[in-house]
Amino acid sequence: MNRSPHTPSRKRIDWITPLFQLAALLLALLFTTLMLLAVGAPPLQAYLNILKGAFSNVNSVANMLVVWAPLLLTTVGVLITFSAGLWNIGVEGQVTLGAIFTTWVLRLLQESALPPWLIILLAMLAGMLGGAVWAALAGALKTFGGVNEIFGGLGLNFVATALTLWLIFGPWKRPGTGSMSGTLPFPETLWLPTLSGLRLSPWSLALALLALAAVYLLLRGTRFGLRLKAVGKNMRAAYLLGIPTWQHMMASFLLCGLLAGLAGALQVTAVYHRLIPSISSGYGFLGLLVAMLVNYQAIWAAPVALFFAALNIGSIQLPIVLRLDSSLAGVLQGLLVLFVLLVEGARQQIMKRLRPPDESVPVEERT
Amino acid sequence: MTQEQILLGLASVLAAAAPVLFAVIGETISERAGVINLSMNGTILLTAMGGFAVALRTNSLLLGFLTGMLIGALVALIVAFSSITLKQSQVAVGFVLALLCRDLAYFLGNPYMNVPGPRLTVIPVPWLASLPYVGTLFFNHTVITYLSFVMIFLAWAWIFKTRPGLMLQGIGERPAAAFVRGANVNRMRYLYTVLGGALIGLAGPAYSLSVKAGWAGTISGLDGIGWIALSITIFGGWNPLRAAFGSYLFAFLQWLGLVLQARLPNIPSQVLQVAPFPLMILTLLLVNIGDAEWVARTLATLPEGVRRLLIRLLRVLRSSPPAALGVPFESE
Repeated sequence: MNRSPHTPSRKRIDWITPLFQLAALLLALLFTTLMLLAVGAPPLQAYLNILKGAFSNVNSVANMLVVWAPLLLTTVGVLITFSAGLWNIGVEGQVTLGAIFTTWVLRLLQESALPPWLIILLAMLAGMLGGAVWAALAGALKTFGGVNEIFGGLGLNFVATALTLWLIFGPWKRPGTGSMSGTLPFPETLWLPTLSGLRLSPWSLALALLALAAVYLLLRGTRFGLRLKAVGKNMRAAYLLGIPTWQHMMASFLLCGLLAGLAGALQVTAVYHRLIPSISSGYGFLGLLVAMLVNYQAIWAAPVALFFAALNIGSIQLPIVLRLDSSLAGVLQGLLVLFVLLVEGARQQIMKRLRPPDESVPVEERT
Repeated sequence: MTQEQILLGLASVLAAAAPVLFAVIGETISERAGVINLSMNGTILLTAMGGFAVALRTNSLLLGFLTGMLIGALVALIVAFSSITLKQSQVAVGFVLALLCRDLAYFLGNPYMNVPGPRLTVIPVPWLASLPYVGTLFFNHTVITYLSFVMIFLAWAWIFKTRPGLMLQGIGERPAAAFVRGANVNRMRYLYTVLGGALIGLAGPAYSLSVKAGWAGTISGLDGIGWIALSITIFGGWNPLRAAFGSYLFAFLQWLGLVLQARLPNIPSQVLQVAPFPLMILTLLLVNIGDAEWVARTLATLPEGVRRLLIRLLRVLRSSPPAALGVPFESE
């Protein structure tokens, strides 16, 4: 029932597309401004506040990158599933399971005699495994059970949340009574090392960039990536051409799960140092938005994810300074993606009308 | 637990299911016409907040509910426009709207957080309410709960017992055939998507003005309801009667969670509140698995008696989506 997210690219009139995208950005800003005026808030001050919140000092820039790393991981993860034509909404739960598995291994090994770096490494590998297991469940439901990945994934997201809460309030609860503030923090030796005085770990950045490069190459330069796209564009045709379709879909789920799990592992080892109820921070869903905004192309994932991270960090101060809810960042992000979708649709329809009927064959096929 | 408590508990289940019912029936109608409205989770939050804010300001509950319907219809209109006119992915635009409307609700609802406001009162149906058992269960509710009862049968009768309903099935199953018979497929799809959206828009105010009165922002406990309603739509096999069963089952399980929580203090309450979700996945699996190829292959190897039984069981459970769900229609 879900269509492939790909939109046919028409190479011929390439200078028009950026103009339309600029229009989308302006429309999103216009709408947000009107909304701010409607609730009696000063728009300019709100925007300046977001900018200041994100870029005012080294600390805030570092915090922005703390958000950026896991967001980039989930974004490039869902780029793989998008390539196979799959809507992996379950990515949120996959991040959560990554965090749970990481916490689990850290708890098991924290008393052991193993060197801390090895414990952290094992814990992060476990996190990747956790994400992959959860993705495999969604994949199995899809390929063997006929359950649409959107609904299977959503259900698994809820189960992941329930699992987190159960662990925090049950077996892993703090001494005394469990609380929403999460499990007991791990000793500092088990933290992923950070830059001095900052919350940012260079390891997170390195891993995220590595993942970005890997996914970019995978989708662009490998046979597997090409076949994955073939499955995503037209499953039936791919199957008839001899591409093992369900295996490719499953593989894309697993790869995405590994990356989402790694994002969860970073949330535990580099950011919170414990398991908290909302450990995924919504980065799974946000990653889906970024992937849609970059039109499913890995190359743009880094700057756009950075922009989203800046909005998230920049809006934290809004409630204190301007008494506005920090969900303004989400509103801006949502409006931006919505208008990009609408404007892209409008562009396609306009192009179709402009082109004479006999030229309705896609450009690539004619040349 | 006394008999009286159980009876009141079951009555509260019927009331708690009302918002879910509106959402599920609205989505069922929209999907019957071939359009998935994935924005539901955000729509419910935004209409809950908007309906409450308007009811509070105007002191009119009716205006609150109408606002909800209007917002729901507008969001559905965006889905319809982008998918029918602009031929974009319904899933993509619906998902964005789900997140956008949620954040809009939190942003715009900030001034209304935890403000006491109006709420529907229980209106017992004269005479009927004093009947034993039945009176407590069915005839001692708010207007919106009564409306939810009526809506189940209205939607069912419309889809399966009227000529326009037959056409509605047609534009979701075989739009080309419906077109040949003179249906303006895309206009009808617009109409039913917006109508379905308006019904979904009743769900929010049904919470904020009745079931969970007020607006509490992120801790309203409404985030997620829309995703559940989506699963129930599938569980319901795009049939309002089965959808109603699913909605009541869900509300019952949540109530059971609360009851058990008092008896089992060791299990954290958050766990019991999400207990229905694994069950939902399981039912989705049962509903869909009959279509899987390997199931047919495995069944073929089983002895005759067992196979017959299993096939019959799977057929009862099974439900297939409208054939043209999510597929754009072009008349040329």
